[in-house]
Amino acid sequence: MDKKSFKGYLYLLPSIIIMLAFTIYPLIRAIIMSFLGDYSIINHGYSSIGFDNYKALFADPDFALSLRNTSIYVICVVPASIILSLIIAVLINSCNKTKAFFQTVYFLPYVTSVIAIGIVWRWMFNSNYGLINYFLGFFGIDPIPWLNRPEYAMPALIIFAIWKSMAFNILIFLAGLQTIPEDLYRAARIDSTPKLRVFTRITVPQLAPMIVYSSVIGMIGAFKVYNEVFSLFQGKAGPANKAMTIVYYIYDKFYNSYKYGVAAAGSVVLFIIILVMTQIQLRVTGEKKKK
Amino acid sequence: MSQNRKVGNIIATILKYAVLIFGAVFTILPFVWMISSSLKTPTELVQIPPSLFPETPQWSNYQEAWKAAPFARYFVNTLIVTFCTTCGVLVTTVLSAFAFSRLNFPGKKTVFSLFLATLMIPGEMLIITNYETIINLKWIDSYKAMIIPWISSAFYIYLLTRFFMQVPESLYLAAKVDKCSDFKYMIKIMVPMNKQAIFSIAILNIISSWNAFLWPLLVTNSQEMRVLSNGLVRFQTEAGSSTELIMAASCMLVMPIIIIYLFLRKYIIEGVTRSGLKG
Repeated sequence: MDKKSFKGYLYLLPSIIIMLAFTIYPLIRAIIMSFLGDYSIINHGYSSIGFDNYKALFADPDFALSLRNTSIYVICVVPASIILSLIIAVLINSCNKTKAFFQTVYFLPYVTSVIAIGIVWRWMFNSNYGLINYFLGFFGIDPIPWLNRPEYAMPALIIFAIWKSMAFNILIFLAGLQTIPEDLYRAARIDSTPKLRVFTRITVPQLAPMIVYSSVIGMIGAFKVYNEVFSLFQGKAGPANKAMTIVYYIYDKFYNSYKYGVAAAGSVVLFIIILVMTQIQLRVTGEKKKK
Repeated sequence: MSQNRKVGNIIATILKYAVLIFGAVFTILPFVWMISSSLKTPTELVQIPPSLFPETPQWSNYQEAWKAAPFARYFVNTLIVTFCTTCGVLVTTVLSAFAFSRLNFPGKKTVFSLFLATLMIPGEMLIITNYETIINLKWIDSYKAMIIPWISSAFYIYLLTRFFMQVPESLYLAAKVDKCSDFKYMIKIMVPMNKQAIFSIAILNIISSWNAFLWPLLVTNSQEMRVLSNGLVRFQTEAGSSTELIMAASCMLVMPIIIIYLFLRKYIIEGVTRSGLKG
Protein backbone atom coordinates (compact mmCIF):
# COMPACT_ATOMS: atom_id res chain seq x y z
CA MET A 1 0.00 0.00 0.00
CA ASP A 2 1.26 3.44 -0.83
CA LYS A 3 1.34 5.81 2.08
CA LYS A 4 -1.80 7.65 2.95
CA SER A 5 -1.83 11.28 1.92
CA PHE A 6 -4.33 14.07 1.85
CA LYS A 7 -3.87 14.44 -1.89
CA GLY A 8 -7.19 12.69 -2.44
CA TYR A 9 -8.96 15.68 -0.90
CA LEU A 10 -7.46 17.90 -3.57
CA TYR A 11 -9.36 15.87 -6.16
CA LEU A 12 -12.51 15.92 -4.08
CA LEU A 13 -12.31 19.62 -3.26
CA PRO A 14 -14.67 20.94 -5.99
CA SER A 15 -17.35 18.38 -5.20
CA ILE A 16 -16.99 18.83 -1.45
CA ILE A 17 -17.35 22.61 -1.69
CA ILE A 18 -20.49 22.37 -3.83
CA MET A 19 -21.94 19.65 -1.62
CA LEU A 20 -21.32 21.58 1.60
CA ALA A 21 -22.70 24.82 0.19
CA PHE A 22 -25.72 23.51 -1.69
CA THR A 23 -26.67 20.24 0.02
CA ILE A 24 -25.41 19.94 3.60
CA TYR A 25 -25.75 23.56 4.65
CA PRO A 26 -29.26 24.06 3.22
CA LEU A 27 -30.39 20.79 4.77
CA ILE A 28 -29.30 21.86 8.25
CA ARG A 29 -30.59 25.37 7.68
CA ALA A 30 -34.01 24.08 6.57
CA ILE A 31 -34.29 21.93 9.69
CA ILE A 32 -33.35 24.87 11.93
CA MET A 33 -35.71 27.20 10.06
CA SER A 34 -38.59 24.82 10.63
CA PHE A 35 -38.28 25.45 14.39
CA LEU A 36 -38.03 29.23 14.19
CA GLY A 37 -40.88 31.73 13.94
CA ASP A 38 -40.82 34.89 11.83
CA TYR A 39 -37.76 37.06 12.19
CA SER A 40 -38.47 40.51 13.47
CA ILE A 41 -36.13 43.33 12.52
CA ILE A 42 -37.38 45.51 15.37
CA ASN A 43 -36.65 43.05 18.16
CA HIS A 44 -33.74 41.37 16.37
CA GLY A 45 -35.10 38.00 17.21
CA TYR A 46 -37.49 35.26 16.26
CA SER A 47 -41.09 35.48 17.34
CA SER A 48 -40.99 31.93 18.59
CA ILE A 49 -38.76 28.91 18.87
CA GLY A 50 -40.24 25.44 18.92
CA PHE A 51 -42.91 23.46 17.18
CA ASP A 52 -45.17 26.37 16.19
CA ASN A 53 -44.50 25.90 12.48
CA TYR A 54 -45.35 22.23 12.71
CA LYS A 55 -48.52 23.02 14.62
CA ALA A 56 -49.48 25.57 11.95
CA LEU A 57 -48.64 23.05 9.25
CA PHE A 58 -50.79 20.26 10.62
CA ALA A 59 -53.62 22.64 11.43
CA ASP A 60 -53.68 23.92 7.84
CA PRO A 61 -56.47 22.24 5.83
CA ASP A 62 -54.43 22.91 2.67
CA PHE A 63 -51.58 20.80 3.97
CA ALA A 64 -54.00 18.02 4.90
CA LEU A 65 -55.38 18.24 1.36
CA SER A 66 -51.87 18.12 -0.10
CA LEU A 67 -51.05 15.01 1.96
CA ARG A 68 -54.29 13.40 0.88
CA ASN A 69 -53.81 14.25 -2.80
CA THR A 70 -50.20 13.14 -2.82
CA SER A 71 -51.20 9.83 -1.21
CA ILE A 72 -53.99 9.28 -3.75
CA TYR A 73 -51.51 10.15 -6.49
CA VAL A 74 -48.91 7.67 -5.20
CA ILE A 75 -51.47 4.89 -4.66
CA CYS A 76 -52.94 5.29 -8.16
CA VAL A 77 -49.90 6.10 -10.27
CA VAL A 78 -47.31 3.67 -8.94
CA PRO A 79 -49.22 0.34 -9.09
CA ALA A 80 -50.97 1.18 -12.38
CA SER A 81 -47.72 2.21 -13.97
CA ILE A 82 -45.90 -0.89 -12.68
CA ILE A 83 -48.55 -3.34 -13.89
CA LEU A 84 -48.93 -1.76 -17.33
CA SER A 85 -45.16 -1.46 -17.72
CA LEU A 86 -44.68 -5.08 -16.77
CA ILE A 87 -47.14 -6.26 -19.41
CA ILE A 88 -45.63 -4.02 -22.09
CA ALA A 89 -42.07 -5.02 -21.16
CA VAL A 90 -42.86 -8.75 -21.39
CA LEU A 91 -44.57 -8.24 -24.74
CA ILE A 92 -41.70 -6.15 -26.11
CA ASN A 93 -39.22 -8.73 -24.90
CA SER A 94 -40.97 -11.46 -26.87
CA CYS A 95 -40.54 -9.53 -30.14
CA ASN A 96 -37.46 -10.09 -32.22
CA LYS A 97 -37.23 -7.63 -35.07
CA THR A 98 -39.43 -4.90 -33.60
CA LYS A 99 -37.92 -4.96 -30.10
CA ALA A 100 -35.56 -2.00 -30.61
CA PHE A 101 -38.31 0.00 -32.29
CA PHE A 102 -40.81 -0.46 -29.46
CA GLN A 103 -38.15 0.18 -26.85
CA THR A 104 -37.29 3.50 -28.50
CA VAL A 105 -40.91 4.58 -28.72
CA TYR A 106 -41.88 3.63 -25.18
CA PHE A 107 -38.88 5.39 -23.65
CA LEU A 108 -39.59 8.72 -25.33
CA PRO A 109 -41.60 10.31 -22.49
CA TYR A 110 -38.64 9.89 -20.13
CA VAL A 111 -36.39 12.32 -21.98
CA THR A 112 -38.90 15.06 -22.72
CA SER A 113 -39.59 18.16 -20.70
CA VAL A 114 -42.52 17.66 -18.31
CA ILE A 115 -43.36 21.32 -18.68
CA ALA A 116 -43.65 21.25 -22.48
CA ILE A 117 -45.47 17.95 -22.71
CA GLY A 118 -47.71 18.95 -19.78
CA ILE A 119 -48.84 21.91 -21.86
CA VAL A 120 -49.68 19.50 -24.68
CA TRP A 121 -51.66 17.30 -22.30
CA ARG A 122 -53.47 20.40 -21.12
CA TRP A 123 -54.53 20.95 -24.73
CA MET A 124 -55.56 17.30 -25.11
CA PHE A 125 -57.66 17.56 -21.92
CA ASN A 126 -59.44 20.68 -23.21
CA SER A 127 -63.15 20.15 -22.59
CA ASN A 128 -64.39 21.49 -25.94
CA TYR A 129 -61.67 20.76 -28.47
CA GLY A 130 -59.51 18.23 -26.65
CA LEU A 131 -58.57 14.96 -28.25
CA ILE A 132 -59.43 12.94 -25.15
CA ASN A 133 -63.04 14.05 -24.97
CA TYR A 134 -63.29 13.46 -28.71
CA PHE A 135 -62.20 9.83 -28.28
CA LEU A 136 -64.50 9.39 -25.30
CA GLY A 137 -67.29 10.63 -27.53
CA PHE A 138 -66.99 7.41 -29.57
CA PHE A 139 -68.08 5.51 -26.47
CA GLY A 140 -70.98 7.83 -25.91
CA ILE A 141 -69.32 9.65 -23.03
CA ASP A 142 -70.25 13.30 -22.69
CA PRO A 143 -67.40 15.83 -22.67
CA ILE A 144 -65.63 15.85 -19.32
CA PRO A 145 -64.44 19.19 -17.91
CA TRP A 146 -61.07 17.67 -16.97
CA LEU A 147 -59.23 20.79 -15.98
CA ASN A 148 -62.06 22.98 -14.78
CA ARG A 149 -63.78 20.87 -12.18
CA PRO A 150 -62.09 19.86 -8.93
CA GLU A 151 -63.30 16.25 -9.06
CA TYR A 152 -61.63 15.63 -12.44
CA ALA A 153 -58.36 17.43 -11.66
CA MET A 154 -56.72 14.49 -9.89
CA PRO A 155 -57.76 11.89 -12.51
CA ALA A 156 -56.31 14.11 -15.26
CA LEU A 157 -53.08 14.51 -13.32
CA ILE A 158 -52.91 10.75 -12.68
CA ILE A 159 -53.41 9.84 -16.35
CA PHE A 160 -50.65 12.24 -17.36
CA ALA A 161 -48.34 10.89 -14.64
CA ILE A 162 -48.89 7.25 -15.59
CA TRP A 163 -48.06 8.10 -19.19
CA LYS A 164 -44.88 9.85 -18.05
CA SER A 165 -43.69 7.25 -15.52
CA MET A 166 -44.11 4.09 -17.60
CA ALA A 167 -41.02 4.82 -19.71
CA PHE A 168 -38.56 4.27 -16.86
CA ASN A 169 -40.33 1.19 -15.52
CA ILE A 170 -40.46 -0.49 -18.93
CA LEU A 171 -36.74 0.11 -19.35
CA ILE A 172 -35.88 -1.38 -15.98
CA PHE A 173 -38.13 -4.41 -16.55
CA LEU A 174 -36.68 -5.02 -20.01
CA ALA A 175 -33.20 -4.99 -18.50
CA GLY A 176 -34.41 -7.34 -15.76
CA LEU A 177 -35.95 -9.74 -18.27
CA GLN A 178 -32.53 -10.23 -19.88
CA THR A 179 -31.17 -11.62 -16.61
CA ILE A 180 -33.76 -14.42 -16.28
CA PRO A 181 -32.05 -17.70 -17.18
CA GLU A 182 -33.32 -19.03 -20.50
CA ASP A 183 -33.35 -22.58 -19.03
CA LEU A 184 -36.40 -21.75 -16.95
CA TYR A 185 -38.38 -20.87 -20.05
CA ARG A 186 -37.04 -23.84 -21.97
CA ALA A 187 -38.19 -26.16 -19.20
CA ALA A 188 -41.60 -24.56 -19.23
CA ARG A 189 -41.82 -25.00 -22.99
CA ILE A 190 -40.96 -28.68 -22.76
CA ASP A 191 -43.71 -29.12 -20.19
CA SER A 192 -45.90 -26.95 -22.48
CA THR A 193 -46.90 -24.75 -19.57
CA PRO A 194 -49.57 -22.19 -20.50
CA LYS A 195 -48.15 -18.71 -21.17
CA LEU A 196 -50.09 -17.07 -18.36
CA ARG A 197 -48.68 -19.60 -15.91
CA VAL A 198 -45.17 -18.97 -17.19
CA PHE A 199 -45.77 -15.28 -16.59
CA THR A 200 -47.05 -15.68 -13.02
CA ARG A 201 -44.76 -18.53 -11.98
CA ILE A 202 -41.47 -17.60 -13.65
CA THR A 203 -41.39 -14.04 -14.96
CA VAL A 204 -42.97 -12.21 -12.03
CA PRO A 205 -41.04 -14.00 -9.24
CA GLN A 206 -37.77 -13.63 -11.14
CA LEU A 207 -38.44 -9.94 -11.66
CA ALA A 208 -39.56 -9.39 -8.06
CA PRO A 209 -36.46 -7.39 -7.03
CA MET A 210 -36.88 -5.07 -10.03
CA ILE A 211 -40.58 -4.66 -9.31
CA VAL A 212 -39.87 -3.67 -5.72
CA TYR A 213 -37.08 -1.37 -6.82
CA SER A 214 -39.25 0.37 -9.44
CA SER A 215 -42.08 0.73 -6.96
CA VAL A 216 -39.91 2.44 -4.38
CA ILE A 217 -38.22 4.72 -6.91
CA GLY A 218 -41.66 5.48 -8.33
CA MET A 219 -43.05 6.25 -4.88
CA ILE A 220 -40.16 8.55 -4.03
CA GLY A 221 -40.65 10.39 -7.32
CA ALA A 222 -44.42 10.51 -6.86
CA PHE A 223 -44.14 12.05 -3.39
CA LYS A 224 -42.14 14.88 -4.99
CA VAL A 225 -44.59 15.57 -7.83
CA TYR A 226 -44.64 19.22 -8.80
CA ASN A 227 -43.80 20.01 -12.44
CA GLU A 228 -46.65 17.81 -13.65
CA VAL A 229 -49.11 19.83 -11.57
CA PHE A 230 -47.62 23.16 -12.58
CA SER A 231 -47.75 22.49 -16.30
CA LEU A 232 -51.12 20.76 -16.42
CA PHE A 233 -52.90 23.52 -14.51
CA GLN A 234 -50.90 26.44 -15.82
CA GLY A 235 -49.06 27.28 -12.62
CA LYS A 236 -51.98 26.58 -10.32
CA ALA A 237 -52.71 23.46 -8.32
CA GLY A 238 -55.83 22.65 -10.30
CA PRO A 239 -59.24 24.32 -10.10
CA ALA A 240 -59.63 26.03 -6.70
CA ASN A 241 -56.21 24.52 -5.84
CA LYS A 242 -57.92 21.20 -5.31
CA ALA A 243 -54.99 19.26 -6.81
CA MET A 244 -52.54 20.62 -4.24
CA THR A 245 -49.56 18.31 -3.62
CA ILE A 246 -46.94 18.40 -0.85
CA VAL A 247 -44.19 20.05 -2.91
CA TYR A 248 -46.67 22.48 -4.42
CA TYR A 249 -47.78 23.39 -0.90
CA ILE A 250 -44.19 23.96 0.22
CA TYR A 251 -43.41 26.28 -2.68
CA ASP A 252 -46.66 28.10 -2.35
CA LYS A 253 -45.99 28.83 1.33
CA PHE A 254 -42.46 29.92 0.55
CA TYR A 255 -42.80 31.78 -2.72
CA ASN A 256 -46.28 33.28 -2.54
CA SER A 257 -47.08 33.64 1.16
CA TYR A 258 -43.52 34.15 2.48
CA LYS A 259 -44.14 31.69 5.30
CA TYR A 260 -40.59 30.38 5.35
CA GLY A 261 -40.91 28.55 8.65
CA VAL A 262 -44.02 26.64 7.61
CA ALA A 263 -42.47 25.85 4.21
CA ALA A 264 -39.36 24.54 5.97
CA ALA A 265 -41.49 22.42 8.30
CA GLY A 266 -43.32 21.01 5.28
CA SER A 267 -40.04 20.14 3.62
CA VAL A 268 -38.83 18.36 6.77
CA VAL A 269 -42.01 16.24 6.67
CA LEU A 270 -41.29 15.46 3.01
CA PHE A 271 -37.70 14.57 3.93
CA ILE A 272 -38.90 12.12 6.57
CA ILE A 273 -41.29 10.46 4.11
CA ILE A 274 -38.51 10.08 1.52
CA LEU A 275 -36.10 8.81 4.18
CA VAL A 276 -38.52 6.06 5.20
CA MET A 277 -38.98 5.08 1.53
CA THR A 278 -35.23 4.97 0.99
CA GLN A 279 -34.74 2.81 4.07
CA ILE A 280 -37.29 0.34 2.71
CA GLN A 281 -35.45 0.32 -0.59
CA LEU A 282 -32.07 -0.26 1.05
CA ARG A 283 -33.54 -3.03 3.19
CA VAL A 284 -34.98 -4.77 0.14
CA THR A 285 -31.95 -4.42 -2.13
CA GLY A 286 -29.76 -5.44 0.81
CA GLU A 287 -31.72 -8.66 1.18
CA LYS A 288 -31.38 -9.33 -2.52
CA LYS A 289 -27.59 -9.10 -2.22
CA LYS A 290 -27.53 -11.44 0.77
CA LYS A 291 -29.29 -14.10 -1.25
CA MET B 1 -54.50 -30.56 -32.06
CA SER B 2 -51.46 -28.98 -33.69
CA GLN B 3 -53.79 -27.14 -36.03
CA ASN B 4 -55.53 -25.64 -33.01
CA ARG B 5 -52.24 -24.64 -31.45
CA LYS B 6 -51.15 -22.95 -34.66
CA VAL B 7 -54.35 -20.92 -34.79
CA GLY B 8 -53.93 -20.11 -31.10
CA ASN B 9 -50.39 -18.89 -31.70
CA ILE B 10 -51.46 -16.66 -34.54
CA ILE B 11 -54.22 -15.15 -32.43
CA ALA B 12 -51.77 -14.62 -29.56
CA THR B 13 -49.33 -12.85 -31.88
CA ILE B 14 -52.03 -10.62 -33.30
CA LEU B 15 -53.20 -9.76 -29.78
CA LYS B 16 -49.67 -9.05 -28.67
CA TYR B 17 -49.04 -6.62 -31.49
CA ALA B 18 -52.43 -5.05 -31.03
CA VAL B 19 -51.60 -4.26 -27.39
CA LEU B 20 -48.09 -3.07 -28.24
CA ILE B 21 -49.25 -0.84 -31.07
CA PHE B 22 -52.09 0.58 -29.01
CA GLY B 23 -49.63 1.39 -26.22
CA ALA B 24 -47.14 2.87 -28.65
CA VAL B 25 -49.81 5.11 -30.17
CA PHE B 26 -50.85 6.22 -26.68
CA THR B 27 -47.20 6.97 -25.89
CA ILE B 28 -46.43 9.07 -28.93
CA LEU B 29 -49.86 10.64 -29.32
CA PRO B 30 -48.98 13.79 -27.31
CA PHE B 31 -45.90 14.31 -29.49
CA VAL B 32 -47.80 13.81 -32.73
CA TRP B 33 -50.59 16.03 -31.50
CA MET B 34 -48.12 18.73 -30.45
CA ILE B 35 -46.50 18.80 -33.90
CA SER B 36 -49.80 18.57 -35.75
CA SER B 37 -51.40 21.35 -33.64
CA SER B 38 -48.36 23.57 -34.12
CA LEU B 39 -48.91 23.49 -37.90
CA LYS B 40 -52.64 24.18 -37.95
CA THR B 41 -54.63 27.32 -38.51
CA PRO B 42 -56.75 28.57 -35.59
CA THR B 43 -59.91 27.31 -37.35
CA GLU B 44 -58.49 23.88 -38.00
CA LEU B 45 -57.46 23.67 -34.37
CA VAL B 46 -61.01 23.80 -33.07
CA GLN B 47 -62.78 21.91 -35.82
CA ILE B 48 -64.81 18.84 -34.94
CA PRO B 49 -63.90 16.15 -35.82
CA PRO B 50 -60.25 17.11 -35.34
CA SER B 51 -57.93 16.31 -38.24
CA LEU B 52 -54.71 14.45 -37.63
CA PHE B 53 -52.80 16.45 -40.22
CA PRO B 54 -53.29 20.09 -41.17
CA GLU B 55 -54.43 20.70 -44.74
CA THR B 56 -51.46 22.93 -45.46
CA PRO B 57 -48.80 23.02 -42.75
CA GLN B 58 -48.61 26.51 -41.33
CA TRP B 59 -44.84 26.80 -40.92
CA SER B 60 -45.33 30.47 -40.33
CA ASN B 61 -46.64 29.61 -36.84
CA TYR B 62 -43.04 28.93 -35.88
CA GLN B 63 -41.84 32.25 -37.22
CA GLU B 64 -44.65 33.99 -35.44
CA ALA B 65 -43.99 32.30 -32.11
CA TRP B 66 -40.26 32.87 -32.48
CA LYS B 67 -40.92 36.59 -32.95
CA ALA B 68 -43.67 36.90 -30.34
CA ALA B 69 -41.24 36.24 -27.50
CA PRO B 70 -37.42 36.41 -27.33
CA PHE B 71 -37.07 32.67 -27.92
CA ALA B 72 -33.66 33.14 -29.56
CA ARG B 73 -32.39 34.61 -26.32
CA TYR B 74 -34.03 31.81 -24.26
CA PHE B 75 -32.41 29.28 -26.55
CA VAL B 76 -28.94 30.77 -26.10
CA ASN B 77 -29.42 30.97 -22.32
CA THR B 78 -30.50 27.34 -22.18
CA LEU B 79 -27.51 26.32 -24.28
CA ILE B 80 -25.09 28.25 -22.05
CA VAL B 81 -26.54 26.83 -18.84
CA THR B 82 -26.70 23.27 -20.19
CA PHE B 83 -23.17 23.40 -21.62
CA CYS B 84 -21.51 24.90 -18.54
CA THR B 85 -23.37 22.67 -16.09
CA THR B 86 -22.44 19.54 -18.04
CA CYS B 87 -18.76 20.52 -18.33
CA GLY B 88 -18.69 21.25 -14.61
CA VAL B 89 -20.35 17.95 -13.78
CA LEU B 90 -17.87 16.02 -15.91
CA VAL B 91 -14.82 17.66 -14.30
CA THR B 92 -15.98 17.25 -10.70
CA THR B 93 -17.30 13.74 -11.33
CA VAL B 94 -14.11 12.43 -12.93
CA LEU B 95 -11.90 13.99 -10.23
CA SER B 96 -14.02 12.66 -7.37
CA ALA B 97 -14.54 9.22 -8.86
CA PHE B 98 -10.80 8.93 -9.38
CA ALA B 99 -10.10 9.93 -5.78
CA PHE B 100 -12.61 7.40 -4.46
CA SER B 101 -11.49 4.54 -6.68
CA ARG B 102 -7.70 4.86 -6.74
CA LEU B 103 -6.30 7.25 -4.15
CA ASN B 104 -5.83 6.48 -0.51
CA PHE B 105 -6.49 9.13 2.05
CA PRO B 106 -7.69 9.25 5.64
CA GLY B 107 -11.44 9.26 6.05
CA LYS B 108 -12.11 8.03 2.50
CA LYS B 109 -14.84 5.59 3.49
CA THR B 110 -16.57 8.17 5.68
CA VAL B 111 -16.56 10.82 2.95
CA PHE B 112 -17.85 8.32 0.41
CA SER B 113 -20.72 7.25 2.68
CA LEU B 114 -21.51 10.90 3.27
CA PHE B 115 -21.71 11.46 -0.49
CA LEU B 116 -24.02 8.47 -0.80
CA ALA B 117 -26.15 9.66 2.10
CA THR B 118 -26.86 12.95 0.32
CA LEU B 119 -28.71 10.98 -2.36
CA MET B 120 -31.54 10.48 0.12
CA ILE B 121 -32.13 14.21 0.48
CA PRO B 122 -34.93 15.39 -1.79
CA GLY B 123 -33.72 18.31 -3.89
CA GLU B 124 -37.14 19.90 -3.45
CA MET B 125 -36.34 20.37 0.21
CA LEU B 126 -33.13 22.29 -0.44
CA ILE B 127 -34.48 24.80 -2.92
CA ILE B 128 -35.84 27.19 -0.30
CA THR B 129 -32.58 27.56 1.59
CA ASN B 130 -30.50 27.49 -1.58
CA TYR B 131 -32.59 30.36 -2.86
CA GLU B 132 -31.68 32.24 0.30
CA THR B 133 -27.99 31.49 -0.31
CA ILE B 134 -28.23 32.80 -3.87
CA ILE B 135 -29.76 36.02 -2.58
CA ASN B 136 -27.06 36.41 0.05
CA LEU B 137 -24.37 35.84 -2.57
CA LYS B 138 -26.09 38.45 -4.78
CA TRP B 139 -26.18 35.91 -7.60
CA ILE B 140 -29.84 36.45 -8.44
CA ASP B 141 -30.45 36.79 -12.17
CA SER B 142 -27.07 35.45 -13.25
CA TYR B 143 -25.82 32.40 -15.08
CA LYS B 144 -23.76 31.55 -11.99
CA ALA B 145 -26.94 31.01 -10.00
CA MET B 146 -28.31 28.58 -12.57
CA ILE B 147 -25.04 26.69 -13.07
CA ILE B 148 -22.88 26.48 -9.95
CA PRO B 149 -25.25 24.66 -7.56
CA TRP B 150 -25.58 21.90 -10.18
CA ILE B 151 -21.97 21.26 -11.19
CA SER B 152 -21.52 18.38 -8.80
CA SER B 153 -23.70 15.32 -8.50
CA ALA B 154 -23.22 12.67 -5.85
CA PHE B 155 -25.20 10.30 -8.02
CA TYR B 156 -22.91 10.52 -11.05
CA ILE B 157 -19.86 10.34 -8.78
CA TYR B 158 -21.18 7.11 -7.31
CA LEU B 159 -21.90 5.75 -10.78
CA LEU B 160 -18.49 6.59 -12.22
CA THR B 161 -16.65 5.36 -9.13
CA ARG B 162 -18.16 1.93 -9.78
CA PHE B 163 -16.89 2.04 -13.35
CA PHE B 164 -13.42 3.21 -12.31
CA MET B 165 -13.24 0.39 -9.74
CA GLN B 166 -13.52 -2.13 -12.57
CA VAL B 167 -10.26 -0.95 -14.13
CA PRO B 168 -7.60 -3.41 -12.88
CA GLU B 169 -5.53 -2.03 -10.03
CA SER B 170 -2.41 -3.54 -11.67
CA LEU B 171 -2.55 -0.90 -14.40
CA TYR B 172 -2.29 1.80 -11.77
CA LEU B 173 0.62 0.09 -10.03
CA ALA B 174 2.43 -0.37 -13.35
CA ALA B 175 1.94 3.32 -14.11
CA LYS B 176 3.32 4.15 -10.66
CA VAL B 177 6.47 2.11 -11.41
CA ASP B 178 6.85 4.12 -14.62
CA LYS B 179 6.71 7.32 -12.56
CA CYS B 180 3.41 8.35 -14.12
CA SER B 181 1.71 10.99 -11.95
CA ASP B 182 -1.78 10.34 -10.59
CA PHE B 183 -3.26 13.17 -12.63
CA LYS B 184 -1.64 12.00 -15.84
CA TYR B 185 -2.81 8.45 -15.16
CA MET B 186 -6.36 9.67 -14.66
CA ILE B 187 -6.38 11.67 -17.91
CA LYS B 188 -4.44 9.20 -20.05
CA ILE B 189 -5.77 5.85 -18.81
CA MET B 190 -8.88 6.13 -16.65
CA VAL B 191 -10.83 8.62 -18.77
CA PRO B 192 -10.25 6.97 -22.17
CA MET B 193 -10.97 3.52 -20.75
CA ASN B 194 -14.32 4.70 -19.40
CA LYS B 195 -15.27 7.10 -22.15
CA GLN B 196 -18.57 5.41 -22.82
CA ALA B 197 -19.70 5.75 -19.20
CA ILE B 198 -18.55 9.37 -19.12
CA PHE B 199 -20.38 10.05 -22.37
CA SER B 200 -23.59 8.56 -20.93
CA ILE B 201 -23.29 10.77 -17.86
CA ALA B 202 -22.81 13.80 -20.11
CA ILE B 203 -25.96 13.06 -22.13
CA LEU B 204 -28.08 12.33 -19.06
CA ASN B 205 -26.93 15.60 -17.57
CA ILE B 206 -27.63 17.51 -20.79
CA ILE B 207 -31.19 16.20 -20.75
CA SER B 208 -31.81 17.12 -17.13
CA SER B 209 -30.22 20.58 -17.48
CA TRP B 210 -32.17 21.30 -20.62
CA ASN B 211 -35.44 20.32 -18.98
CA ALA B 212 -34.73 22.07 -15.64
CA PHE B 213 -37.63 24.26 -14.69
CA LEU B 214 -38.17 25.34 -11.11
CA TRP B 215 -34.67 26.40 -10.07
CA PRO B 216 -34.03 28.68 -13.07
CA LEU B 217 -37.53 30.10 -12.59
CA LEU B 218 -36.74 31.01 -8.98
CA VAL B 219 -33.31 32.54 -9.44
CA THR B 220 -33.98 34.70 -12.50
CA ASN B 221 -36.11 37.82 -12.78
CA SER B 222 -35.35 39.46 -16.07
CA GLN B 223 -36.44 38.34 -19.48
CA GLU B 224 -32.81 38.37 -20.70
CA MET B 225 -31.85 35.58 -18.28
CA ARG B 226 -34.82 33.29 -18.81
CA VAL B 227 -34.28 29.74 -20.08
CA LEU B 228 -36.57 28.02 -22.60
CA SER B 229 -38.75 26.11 -20.13
CA ASN B 230 -39.49 29.29 -18.15
CA GLY B 231 -39.96 31.29 -21.32
CA LEU B 232 -42.44 28.73 -22.60
CA VAL B 233 -44.58 28.97 -19.46
CA ARG B 234 -44.48 32.76 -19.61
CA PHE B 235 -45.38 32.69 -23.29
CA GLN B 236 -48.28 30.34 -22.57
CA THR B 237 -49.80 32.94 -20.23
CA GLU B 238 -49.18 35.76 -22.68
CA ALA B 239 -50.31 34.01 -25.86
CA GLY B 240 -53.56 33.08 -24.17
CA SER B 241 -55.73 31.31 -26.69
CA SER B 242 -53.21 31.08 -29.56
CA THR B 243 -52.84 27.37 -29.01
CA GLU B 244 -51.03 26.83 -32.33
CA LEU B 245 -48.26 29.23 -31.24
CA ILE B 246 -48.01 27.65 -27.79
CA MET B 247 -47.65 24.23 -29.44
CA ALA B 248 -44.95 25.59 -31.76
CA ALA B 249 -43.08 26.97 -28.75
CA SER B 250 -43.42 23.61 -26.93
CA CYS B 251 -41.93 21.92 -29.98
CA MET B 252 -38.92 24.21 -29.78
CA LEU B 253 -38.24 23.00 -26.23
CA VAL B 254 -38.90 19.31 -26.90
CA MET B 255 -37.43 18.73 -30.37
CA PRO B 256 -33.71 19.28 -29.68
CA ILE B 257 -33.80 16.61 -26.96
CA ILE B 258 -35.82 14.19 -29.12
CA ILE B 259 -33.26 14.57 -31.91
CA ILE B 260 -30.40 13.90 -29.50
CA TYR B 261 -32.36 10.94 -28.17
CA LEU B 262 -33.00 9.41 -31.59
CA PHE B 263 -29.30 9.62 -32.49
CA LEU B 264 -27.80 8.63 -29.15
CA ARG B 265 -30.52 6.43 -27.70
CA LYS B 266 -28.09 3.57 -27.16
CA TYR B 267 -26.07 5.65 -24.67
CA ILE B 268 -29.11 7.17 -23.03
CA ILE B 269 -30.93 3.87 -22.56
CA GLU B 270 -27.78 2.18 -21.33
CA GLY B 271 -26.97 5.05 -18.98
CA VAL B 272 -30.44 5.05 -17.43
CA THR B 273 -30.52 1.25 -17.19
CA ARG B 274 -27.16 1.09 -15.47
CA SER B 275 -27.90 3.90 -13.08
CA GLY B 276 -31.27 2.29 -12.38
CA LEU B 277 -29.95 -1.19 -11.76
CA LYS B 278 -27.08 -0.14 -9.51
CA GLY B 279 -29.67 1.27 -7.08
